[in-house]
Amino acid sequence: MAELTFSNLTKRFDGAPALDGINAAIGSGEFVALLGPSGCGKTTLLRLTAGFEQPDEGEIRIGGDIVAGEGRFVPPEAREIGIVFQSYALWPHKTVAGNVSYPLEVRRIPQAERKARVAEALDLTGLRDFADRMPSQLSGGQRQRVALARCLVFEPRAVLLDEPLANLDLALRASMHDVFSMFHRRTGATMLYVTHDQSEALALADRVAVMESGRIRQFAAPEVLYREPADCFVAGFVGDGAVVATRRTGHSEAGRVLLSVLGQDIWCRSSTSAPSHVSIRPEAITLSETAPLRAQVISCTYLGGRFRLVLDAEGEALVAFAPQRAAVGETVGLTIRDPWAFHDPEAESLMAGALTHA
Amino acid sequence: MSMIALDNGNSRSLDRLLPLILLPVGLMALGPVLRLLLEGFGFGDGFTTDHLTTVLTRDSTRTALMHSLVTAGGGTVLSVLIGATFAFLVALTDIRGKGALVFCLMIPMMIPPQITALAWMQMTGPSSVLLKMLGIAPPLGSPQPLHSATGIIILLGIQHASLVFLTLRAGLRMIPADLVEAARMSGAGTLRVWAQVVLPLSMPSLIAGGAMAFVTALGNFGIPAMLGIPARYSTLPTLIYQRLVGMGPSVLPEVAVLALLIGVVAITGVLLSRYMLSRQGFGLVGLSGTPLALALGRARLPVEITLWSFIFVILALPLFALLATSLIPAYGVPLTIDSATIKAWIDVLVVQPVTRRAYGNSLFLAVLAAAILMAISLPLAWLMERRSNRLSRILDALIDLPYALPGVVLSIACILTFLNLPFTDLTLYGTIWIILMAYLARFFVVMLRPIQASIAQLDPAMEEAAASVGAGLGRRLCDIVLPLAAPSAAAGAILVFLTAVNELTVSALLWSSGTETLGVVIYNLEDSGETVMASALAMSIVVLIILLMGLVQAGAKRFPKGVIPWQS
Repeated sequence: MAELTFSNLTKRFDGAPALDGINAAIGSGEFVALLGPSGCGKTTLLRLTAGFEQPDEGEIRIGGDIVAGEGRFVPPEAREIGIVFQSYALWPHKTVAGNVSYPLEVRRIPQAERKARVAEALDLTGLRDFADRMPSQLSGGQRQRVALARCLVFEPRAVLLDEPLANLDLALRASMHDVFSMFHRRTGATMLYVTHDQSEALALADRVAVMESGRIRQFAAPEVLYREPADCFVAGFVGDGAVVATRRTGHSEAGRVLLSVLGQDIWCRSSTSAPSHVSIRPEAITLSETAPLRAQVISCTYLGGRFRLVLDAEGEALVAFAPQRAAVGETVGLTIRDPWAFHDPEAESLMAGALTHA
Repeated sequence: MSMIALDNGNSRSLDRLLPLILLPVGLMALGPVLRLLLEGFGFGDGFTTDHLTTVLTRDSTRTALMHSLVTAGGGTVLSVLIGATFAFLVALTDIRGKGALVFCLMIPMMIPPQITALAWMQMTGPSSVLLKMLGIAPPLGSPQPLHSATGIIILLGIQHASLVFLTLRAGLRMIPADLVEAARMSGAGTLRVWAQVVLPLSMPSLIAGGAMAFVTALGNFGIPAMLGIPARYSTLPTLIYQRLVGMGPSVLPEVAVLALLIGVVAITGVLLSRYMLSRQGFGLVGLSGTPLALALGRARLPVEITLWSFIFVILALPLFALLATSLIPAYGVPLTIDSATIKAWIDVLVVQPVTRRAYGNSLFLAVLAAAILMAISLPLAWLMERRSNRLSRILDALIDLPYALPGVVLSIACILTFLNLPFTDLTLYGTIWIILMAYLARFFVVMLRPIQASIAQLDPAMEEAAASVGAGLGRRLCDIVLPLAAPSAAAGAILVFLTAVNELTVSALLWSSGTETLGVVIYNLEDSGETVMASALAMSIVVLIILLMGLVQAGAKRFPKGVIPWQS
């Protein structure tokens, strides 16, 4: 197992940057998800790591060795990195066992050892009874397991997964979550998992890198992303809730700052003394008849066990959870407790730009 | 890790070496054509247009050009009529036995033209064994009706009808079903839908098919040679043949101009059709499907009978006549149960050294061409799909040229190129290798396109997965690409073999004593009056071809779409 390091990694396609100065370090044995909307560069980062593309600038290190950068380029076949493709990429002319044993054949492992290791990998992925099947005779979930087994059999230094669940139905996805977790626990492999589905990323990964426009916006543990988003994009992309512009009223103490949010003075958690926005998660909102901040119900959706309300307060759309149904158009009172405040220079300059143009 | 590093060193160098095959392939495929182009302008003796003016102003040139245009044009009209009728009926109606019908319609395309001509000549005329057997032969001394422009036109029309059929059927399959359904919802009846929706939408494929039929008919040598030369009716290909055979390599500069003239007419035809296509083109949007499933009702049986009778007349009857002629002891003897003999068959297949040699030569050339082309095309197709660059794209666009140009043009080009091998005193002219070089250039695209199609359909992730588990480029090509492209490569190889084994046009100009091919020997036997032996040889080739076609057909399910020409 090895750690992965990206320094100032840049890749352009026809001049347009797909990756724009990526800096990140992934620890040995860590499970990291790359999360972002389509076109954010997450798959490009994965393909650069695998060696299918060459970076324009910057370098990639695997376990301390430079594999790309400074005039060096190690081709994919020499990187010892396993990859699971969205399409699984099983070779249709080889049996399940043939697919899994191919990495060992390439390495000229003696036959006896090869057989033992293939059997072990098939056992681990629950495919023992399918060894002689052809890939076309397998279901989507089974194909996924074969792709995993093919990866695990040669004990790669890292495993890359490219939207591995995109082609599976919802029920199967949940059970594959367990398979991936088991796989990670048993092998202790460094894993890089590309997805556009935040629930997958939050559920599986030790840390999540949220990407947008070829840059990493925030790289942190899932609960940190949710509780303490670094900017408006992360706050909006990860989890439910609202992002509201704010103004500082003056007071601040260690880790807290008093801000004017929707006309109310509220103590917010923050790591900066000059925040520009607050992220208000549904859990931060308590509904009550008597609260001074009034809001109108715009919509009410049943989620099973509770209702999700979209509220209009002072022209901002907030999201709150409620135990009972609320009528659309009804006015409710609400209290905001302990939201997260952050400073987003980009959003500020955007607003300033809008104002000067107006 | 060290072993892998070693492997990796090889694969990196392979990745650098592989593009180098573009150069020899480009030279092999396009060099001769380029050389021919230069010859027309007096290459070697300084730039001059003397040859051009002398040859082009000659009467024989003008007559041959006229004849070529008339026969190719007439043949094209006939091909379009036959091909379109079959395509519309097969694609749009509920007639039965479509597979068998299509297979039979394809056979004339796969049978070499000189055999078609020979077979038809055995069906008509005063000495037809079949007609005599039936007692309806015209009196002795009456002329062979096929030795005429009309005869050439009819045979060209039948020979190339399947080109129109295939293109049109493929086009009909692309018409979105919902267009037809929309017309139906607007209240149009079946015939109105056909005339006002399907027919206009299928015009582009009809034009494209017609253009292909025209270019192929223009370059056809076997039919005008067998039917035209006895009647002193020469077309451009036969004029070139007669000049070169009569006068030898000294007339090369002259015939080069004639070859260029055919090339210009062919390219004009193609450009004209492109122009018409660009004016006719519609962007078709929607899911393709069966545009019409027209129920013929009570008319179905009569239509089926008519179609099969037509197939019987153009395919079975001539082949029966050919078979009948091959079974008589000597030309002129009527065929009865007593007189029937397989002496000619034994002569041709066992006794005669010339025909045995021709079988050997043709099989050798066809197998070798197929094998070499397969070995080159696999890495080349991979290179064009996965490592596309400017050079490979140019080659991709031009590689159709040696196949699309008439065979005589390529033959002259090859003679010019290999008469004196560049920088040496060696010559390939008169050896079997010049025929091989010509075959390689001509049939390259027949092999390349099916393999290209199957590699294009291959998910690149298949190869990336192999790379990620440690397989270098060489191993990936062997273990992943080769097995997955193998069925198409096999189909391509069989097609090359089929086309090469009975090829006449190219070898007619390139053969010399000892390097005869089957096509040449059939023509020479008939030319020297050995009609019975020619018929036996021709019949044995027809059997071989139908067997090979059946072989491809049997494996049809394993090939990707579009690999087998008669199963688009």
